[in-house]
Amino acid sequence: MPAATASQTIGPYWHLVEHPEWADLTRFGAEGERITVTGRIIDGVGAPVTDACVEIWQASPPADARFPGFGRAGTDAEGRFRFTTLKPGPVPGRGNAQQAPHLAVTILARGLMTGLRTRIYFADDPLNEMDPLLSSLADPAERATLIARAEGPGSWRLDMVLQGEGETVFLEV
Amino acid sequence: MSDPVPFRPFAAGTQPPLDASGYGSTRIRHPGRAPHRLPHTVTETTGPAFSPAHFPEMADLTRLGRGAPLGERIIVAGQVLDEDGRPVPHTMIEIWQANAAGRYDHPADTHDAPADPNFHGEGRVFTDAEGRYRFLTIKPGAYPWRNHTNAWRPVHIHLSLFGTGFAQRLVTQMYFPGDPLLELDPIYHAIEDAGARERLVSRFDLGITQPEFALGYRFDITLRGRGATPFEADAEEEAH
Ligand SMILES: [Fe+2]
Repeated sequence: MPAATASQTIGPYWHLVEHPEWADLTRFGAEGERITVTGRIIDGVGAPVTDACVEIWQASPPADARFPGFGRAGTDAEGRFRFTTLKPGPVPGRGNAQQAPHLAVTILARGLMTGLRTRIYFADDPLNEMDPLLSSLADPAERATLIARAEGPGSWRLDMVLQGEGETVFLEV
Repeated sequence: MSDPVPFRPFAAGTQPPLDASGYGSTRIRHPGRAPHRLPHTVTETTGPAFSPAHFPEMADLTRLGRGAPLGERIIVAGQVLDEDGRPVPHTMIEIWQANAAGRYDHPADTHDAPADPNFHGEGRVFTDAEGRYRFLTIKPGAYPWRNHTNAWRPVHIHLSLFGTGFAQRLVTQMYFPGDPLLELDPIYHAIEDAGARERLVSRFDLGITQPEFALGYRFDITLRGRGATPFEADAEEEAH
């Protein structure tokens, strides 16, 4: 069998983001603790990435007919994305480890030959201390690039920097 | 609880680098640091299960306007398998493309080629139980871009797949056989491995071609396989 098909950039003119409702993971009637997650995508010269497609996937709460677990948002003129979803709970890690609540993130854009993978964790969650990924990052500044800050009740924010100072920790998955 | 079975790493040279020097837009967008390796957990090994009930099929891209779009009707069909040859059934494929004149129905596309009110260029299909898919569209046109002087993208259709786990997520482009622009395209050539590049080129297929109606092209897609490669399994055995 051949190796996995190669990735190519999503390019600038995609139709994938013409369904803004996909950014609301609660639209099928999901019940639970509703949160909003926003942030800006910034490039290597500090400019907003205005043509990114940001996708999230969460293994918790489990996906079902009323909760897709997956969301997609295009960035706006300020490079900002915005999701409405249910607050994830902890999920099992490898072995006996427990992972702190998090969202898996893929950033797709013109100029990205493959999607960039990262995660969004939530500040002040006591499980962050024990999380295998967060605790594998020795530098607190690196850890901080994965942890959203509360901006108000149920409202979380994390900016992501593609390149240079404050560069987000991206993941090989 | 036993650990979820991870997806295998990509074979060397078969995926393009983020720092693709021939493609100018990568310059200020590719990360400067190597990615942090993340052992797969349920977050990576599971993924969304889209159903046609919530995400309706759009398998005929020529029927989404009031009339027939201009251009050459084509049928694209193929099979989605994983690296072990197992079909990936009931998985969603998203499709988007330019019209026959090489223009996207998108506000940001300023290419001076005619828009076609009867062609939007968006589709969505699901594979069947054997991983097979099929859609009807028109052959897109080549279009210029500003990457370098006299730069033109080869004719292509964009495809997006999810597979069974979020680590299998794939966004790619399908090309057409015999396109002279392929040799000049830095996006296509960012893939180092020649075989991996050539697998992005669809094949004309008389079996898919429908008499008196439309030419057929075959495009098979391979998603990452699960489990360790034999080599890695040996290494792990030795480590124990
Ligand atoms: Fe394109």
